[in-house]
Amino acid sequence: MINFIFRNIWQRIILLIFISIISHAIVHLAPGEPALVDPSNPRMKPEDIQRIRTAFHLDEPLHIQYVYWVRDLMSGELKSFKDNQPVMGKIWERFLNSLPLFLIGTMITWFLAFPVGIRAALNRDSMFDRVSTFFSYALISIPGFFLSYLAIIFMVKTFDVPVIGMQTFGLEEAPLLFRSMDRIWHLTIPALMSAIAGTAILSRYVRSQMLEVIHQDYIRTARAKGLPEDQVIYRHGLRNALLPFITMFGLTIPGLIGGSVIFETIFAWPGMGRLGYEAILARDFPVILTLNFISAVLVLMGTLVSDILYGVADPRIKF
Amino acid sequence: MKEPMTSLEADALAPSKGLFQERWDILKRNRMAYASFLFLVFLLVLAVMGKVLTHVVVVFDPKIVRLSEKFLPPLTPFTSVLTPKEDAPTFGVYFLGTDELGRDVFARMLEGTSVSLTVGFVAVGISLTVGVLFGGLAGFYGRVKLGFITVDTLIMRFVDIMLCFPTFFLILTVVALLPPSIYNIMIVIGLTSWMGTARFVRAEFLALRDQDFVTAARSQAIPEWRIIFIHMVPNAIAPVLVSATIGVATAILTESSLSFLGFGVQPPDATWGNILADGKTFLFDAPWLTFIPGFTILFVVLAFNLCGEGLREAFNPKLSSTS
Repeated sequence: MINFIFRNIWQRIILLIFISIISHAIVHLAPGEPALVDPSNPRMKPEDIQRIRTAFHLDEPLHIQYVYWVRDLMSGELKSFKDNQPVMGKIWERFLNSLPLFLIGTMITWFLAFPVGIRAALNRDSMFDRVSTFFSYALISIPGFFLSYLAIIFMVKTFDVPVIGMQTFGLEEAPLLFRSMDRIWHLTIPALMSAIAGTAILSRYVRSQMLEVIHQDYIRTARAKGLPEDQVIYRHGLRNALLPFITMFGLTIPGLIGGSVIFETIFAWPGMGRLGYEAILARDFPVILTLNFISAVLVLMGTLVSDILYGVADPRIKF
Repeated sequence: MKEPMTSLEADALAPSKGLFQERWDILKRNRMAYASFLFLVFLLVLAVMGKVLTHVVVVFDPKIVRLSEKFLPPLTPFTSVLTPKEDAPTFGVYFLGTDELGRDVFARMLEGTSVSLTVGFVAVGISLTVGVLFGGLAGFYGRVKLGFITVDTLIMRFVDIMLCFPTFFLILTVVALLPPSIYNIMIVIGLTSWMGTARFVRAEFLALRDQDFVTAARSQAIPEWRIIFIHMVPNAIAPVLVSATIGVATAILTESSLSFLGFGVQPPDATWGNILADGKTFLFDAPWLTFIPGFTILFVVLAFNLCGEGLREAFNPKLSSTS
């Protein structure tokens, strides 16, 4: 077991090095340099551009730039091209904003998807199954930002509730209770919107997984023993159906960065996805690269954790 | 001993159906999937017609700007005296209204149909090609050693690396850095979505490469590329094509998300995605500019998804009901 974990961590570190090299190459080889963001500015003279390039090491060969980036990242001194702030500090600040959105979104996804999926599987071809199937396809198919706009119109018109940003402007001095209520109002709709597609997909998986398990021999045995139906379904069925979702849980973590760009832009939520979007617009290479790197670390950690959990949860798997 | 079947008895039996016919019948029984399929065929015809009617024989011109005619709701008849007669919409009616420049939304949607579908199909085509190539190489030449690692390890580790990138973020980075062009978008979407196909084809190839028909083909000294592409790929491709249907849907959605952020297909090319993204500014004044492309994307993507799911059930006997 310990051996397995060490071997896995080792493999993942090698993967991570390759990922960082590839993403560094993609970002630097693509046309468009930070020095060229504003080409029409008449005050930018060629010598200024040269000075900027030297300051950011952009005139060095690619592999030297990579070494500089890794050195600065490891020593924590990586600075953003845009405003010369430490990259890690900027990301950490945005991470704290993204985290509640992500946590609530994930909670909504998992708490909604399982009951719906299980019910649909147990009453296969019933009205509920058909309706939930159709709705899950419809929700997968709708562009996220279109749905969000509909939700914004609906919320603002019906409940007169603000939904843009993290808090209502001018409430900074209000008592804590008011501020937290305000924050919850602002959090609900973005979290719900970012959870919807995930819920639809996950409930389909739960349904097919449950359907597969429910026809197994051991379920028939449990029924034949005369166990109550609830116990058959939730103790014998569900626990086996849950196994593959351990893997899925690990894969949801990177959604923290990639999946949130659209929703954070619509709802003006200053999170990591938006930071990445702004960095892309400004050609802020250190921020783009570091975000990419962090998300790769998250994916690899997620898969590692799910591999280990799989071994813990399923006694049939041996390392 | 069994008696040989007389010709009379053989005639009385229903003619045996081919594999494809059998699958097709299963798909037809799934009414939702079959309806989606018919809808998609209709859409394909519409896309071709739209291309012809907006570019070759210009019946609906999406490019005419009529500034005095902006923000007209759908089904407004053409009554303007300011706009010259030759700029009037065909049939004298704005079927789907006009946008902020007075362009006919119906003509633009018609033009967008072919562009959006092209983006979807080309992106999926690229991802299929790369996926089948890498998956096939990994599956067929998996045991060949290149220095100290096998081909299989090399390719599959590369797939793992690609899977670690946050896809949408990567697409956004590359599309934002490259010069804006519709081809770049197709290529980037295609090149970031081939990993699933590659894994699938590899798994199929691992199962196929030791089967008798491959051994037979080898024994006849048929060249390896022929064995791979003529003998093995057709046996492995059906499930891949099924998931490609859903891939087209995903690509259309990705394009509309990119448009929303301002990196999608650039004007003057119209796609559903950028009509929707442009319309959001006028959500309250001209809601049809948001709702028409929004619901179009919803229905089309839904049709692709339902059709893909129907095909998947038809081609996977394990999933089909009655169990």
